[in-house]
Amino acid sequence: MTDQSVDASKRWFLTKTASIMGAVGTVVAAAPFVASMQPSVRAQAAGAPVDVDISKLEPGQKITVMWRGKPVWVLKRSPEALKSLAQLEDKLRDPDSEESDQPAGTKNETRSLKPEILVTLAVCTHLGCVPIYRQELAPADLGPDWLGGFFCPCHGSKFDLAGRVYKGVPAPKNLEIPPHHYLTDTRLLIGANEGNA
Amino acid sequence: MMSGEKSKALLAWIDERLPVSSFWKEHLAGYYAPKNFNFLYFFGSLALLVLVIQIVTGIFLAMAYKPDANLAFDSVEYIMRDVSWGWLIRYMHSTGASLFFVVVYLHMFRGLFYGSFKKPRELVWLFGMFIFLLLMAEAFMGYLLPWGQMSYWGAQVIISLFGAIPFVGEQLALLIRGDYVVADATLNRFFALHVSAIPLALLGLVVFHLAALHTVGSNNPDGIEIKANKDENGIPRDGIPLHPYYTVKDLFVVSVFLLVFAFIIFYTPEVGGYFLEHPNFEPANPMKTPEHIAPVWYFTPFYSILRAIPDKLGGVVAMGASIAVLFLLPWLDRCPVKSIRYRSGTFKLALGLLVVAFIGLGVLGTKPVTTLTTLLARLFSVVYFLFFIALPFYSRTEKTLPVPERLGPPVIPLSERRGVLWDCIRWLLRCVQNCEAYRRVEGEVSGLCLKVKQICCKSKP
Repeated sequence: MTDQSVDASKRWFLTKTASIMGAVGTVVAAAPFVASMQPSVRAQAAGAPVDVDISKLEPGQKITVMWRGKPVWVLKRSPEALKSLAQLEDKLRDPDSEESDQPAGTKNETRSLKPEILVTLAVCTHLGCVPIYRQELAPADLGPDWLGGFFCPCHGSKFDLAGRVYKGVPAPKNLEIPPHHYLTDTRLLIGANEGNA
Repeated sequence: MMSGEKSKALLAWIDERLPVSSFWKEHLAGYYAPKNFNFLYFFGSLALLVLVIQIVTGIFLAMAYKPDANLAFDSVEYIMRDVSWGWLIRYMHSTGASLFFVVVYLHMFRGLFYGSFKKPRELVWLFGMFIFLLLMAEAFMGYLLPWGQMSYWGAQVIISLFGAIPFVGEQLALLIRGDYVVADATLNRFFALHVSAIPLALLGLVVFHLAALHTVGSNNPDGIEIKANKDENGIPRDGIPLHPYYTVKDLFVVSVFLLVFAFIIFYTPEVGGYFLEHPNFEPANPMKTPEHIAPVWYFTPFYSILRAIPDKLGGVVAMGASIAVLFLLPWLDRCPVKSIRYRSGTFKLALGLLVVAFIGLGVLGTKPVTTLTTLLARLFSVVYFLFFIALPFYSRTEKTLPVPERLGPPVIPLSERRGVLWDCIRWLLRCVQNCEAYRRVEGEVSGLCLKVKQICCKSKP
């Protein structure tokens, strides 16, 4: 009554198309679940710029402000500290900040808009710890050549007073400089560069 | 009489619908295991026990815990202070986590020692390794939940590890955190994964691990296949049924284990900062990293390897590789002889060095970075990797001892052990036994034993 022979090629085609469509469907269905793990709209909106008053900052003094949940340092460097930066060139991994992240205006030796004021993320470029500000010269644990800078307690990365990373430590880049600009001489806006506030 | 027939009928009724009797026969009363298991064979069943403890205590902790960055730390303190017996349940869970790794590391060492990962048990080993991997994920995510300083910064460091992967790393780290920093979103999703997704996957893998094991049968201290020598009924001559022989033996070791477990919970639940680290009694502060951060002890060997390499990507790759090589072990070791009893001095030395390097890395990982610790960590890392790199080269042509047909004793008596090392130990023991103080103590102890027997035993000796 019915033809008993099986059309194998038709079967082959049906199995393959069904498998492929099933796989495509699975990927499409998984997309919303993966996307739900991205930062939510609320988390994205929390990244508004912060206004900082630096009029009371003394040379050598550092303040920490929070921007996007991360600590940001504002450090006023003394003239001697600025002079010491030039002596370190050959000990640094990226002295000219070629490989590092910073706004265009801060890609200079002091890594800042104004020479004495350093604004940097206090987040080690290795694995995200907050380094410690070690301004004293030649402390016992950091050696006689230490000219002041930042030391990461997690894995021993060292940065100079411009946030530039030393050679031979695990951190790959200099500390990241966040977008920022001066509203007045003593008011700083962290989170936006000049013009795109 | 009547009730016996009734229960038989009930069992028959069930067996027609669910394979209860055949399961019992196949996996317990009729599952033949080698008769010479020694104490190294306890850790598999202990791991299963700890898994059950963790699941049960975890369920009760989840009833009072709040996965919210503002409430989490306080809710853990609430469990510790105000929930009836909450402190006990929490300490059981935190101590259980550490002991899980003690048991699992010893279980894995047993595998290396007697070659239990080798053909035909490659899948048993692979499922075991996946269990180990998931266990690390489970422990890591669980450690974030108390939301203390070490929870927070440990998570920050480990998630940043993913950021070192080229091209997709930063995106991946963002996807894991759900925010630009470790934050409420991270805590909330880690809780979800810690209490549901990973335990479910773990249970599934345990089933596969055991199913694969029961298909090929257990290895033994002699590393020979008991299935190769069966009697006329098809039962291995060197096998004994798992139940009651090994269930009773396991019951004994369970009581010893619970004694240790209870001692830690009741007398030293923090174990000097190794099971619960001191900075974790301070709420998470995203503005300040603790002066010295270190993972919990069971991650420190791998963490040391990460720290030993002065390059971000290199460190992450080395750490990943240190775990990945373990997966490859069944194919790296090409020696046909399984047990260390019949393997060459080269392998014994290499395994000894591996253990020293692993423990050394573990100890160093708990210490702050100095020039000396970095140097030692690099040395131990090299030794660790050298074990796996050298193995395929020497294992094929290794000079092995003849393997016996039948099983030997669980533990070889000291007097029958050969080699310079055992000669030295025997000589040392003789020296101790010959000295005056030892004899005096021995006399005292045997006198005391006699007294106890006279007081407690019915039949007087």
